[in-house]
Amino acid sequence: MNKVRLATVWLDGCSGCHMSFLDMDERILQIAPKIDLVYSPLVDHKEFPENVDVTIVEGAVSSEEDLEKIKKIRSRTKLIVALGDCAVTSNVPGMRNPMGTKAVLERAYLENAQENRHIPNQVIPPLLKTSRPVHDVVKVDVFVPGCPPNADTIFYVLNELLEGREPDLGHLKFG
Amino acid sequence: MSAPARVITLHIDDREVGAHTDQTILDVARENGIFIPTLCHLKGLTPIGACRICLVEVAGFNKLLPACATKVTDGMRVVTHSERLDRYRRRVVEFLFASGNHVCSVCVSNNNCELQSMAQLTGMTHLTMPYRYPRLRVDASHERFVQDDNRCILCQRCVRVCDEIEGAHTWDVMGRGIEARVITDLNEPWGESSTCTSCGKCVHVCPTGALSIKGTAAAEMKKKTHFLAQYWTLKEDRS
Repeated sequence: MNKVRLATVWLDGCSGCHMSFLDMDERILQIAPKIDLVYSPLVDHKEFPENVDVTIVEGAVSSEEDLEKIKKIRSRTKLIVALGDCAVTSNVPGMRNPMGTKAVLERAYLENAQENRHIPNQVIPPLLKTSRPVHDVVKVDVFVPGCPPNADTIFYVLNELLEGREPDLGHLKFG
Repeated sequence: MSAPARVITLHIDDREVGAHTDQTILDVARENGIFIPTLCHLKGLTPIGACRICLVEVAGFNKLLPACATKVTDGMRVVTHSERLDRYRRRVVEFLFASGNHVCSVCVSNNNCELQSMAQLTGMTHLTMPYRYPRLRVDASHERFVQDDNRCILCQRCVRVCDEIEGAHTWDVMGRGIEARVITDLNEPWGESSTCTSCGKCVHVCPTGALSIKGTAAAEMKKKTHFLAQYWTLKEDRS
């Protein structure tokens, strides 16, 4: 049996969804033989590979880097799972949207900074005008709301997908 | 004095049920254990059909009717659940989420919110329309309560409870359509209101975190609407 090529990515989120993923604990061992983890913050691959079967996306699309990444991921993945409220709704990263990027950057780097007050223009990728849910930018195949979705939910979703079934997620709640 | 209510029969989801002509479709459905989802409706307050979650199909009518604000008639045939109704109800919830800034994870009413539950109930796992991200006001001028327009769905329960039960009519609606907001007095800060009695009824009937008790943190706000029971039992006793 061919292993499913699985990737997980971390865009604008708090990493809580990845922690919840790890909270599957020993159940990860049940999943491990069926998958090949080809890209993830949990492993050391630098470049997002070609021919990925499933990519689990945590986080909203907030910066130019996120946008570039998710477009590349979409073009190289068969099935994208938006995991958690940031990916599904833009959630906390999206709370800046009514204010605009200028107000947020000034607040963080000028008003509240103790020293070295300036808005960074290198290393940190420029923010998009609004932080957006993943499906606002590329097609998403499976939506898993929750902040974070609990380990049972993630295990269920992965199991269903590995068995070639579409998970039934209508009962999940935001938050 | 209105004419006394007559006893009639009607069909709800192919069930024949008896009712009085002064009852709404929602009243009769609930009496017979037939579930119709509601959001702006709250027993004890005058129904206004603001949220459109309780829309039902009635034979002979092209448009959908709000079950909470439509009186039953003899021989009426009502459908409370269909694929079309499910789709419309989910769409209503989507519109509510898109029109405000509803961030469940950091909201005082997380896990105790009727809008959040309605998303769950209708299977709304994501929005099929863009969010508006409007810039809205938070009024924390009141000593004990906070008003956050970001989380308001304009159900007008606060307006109704303040007018009909407390008798103060501090709350009202200003503006039209997407610009509509609930306001205190003549759009003055809540804390400076000369009519507010600080009874807190508005806070407790609010289905979301739009009105909350000051100092509550995320997921700490639990609303208590049991006080309304004494009003509707009183009303029912009189009739």
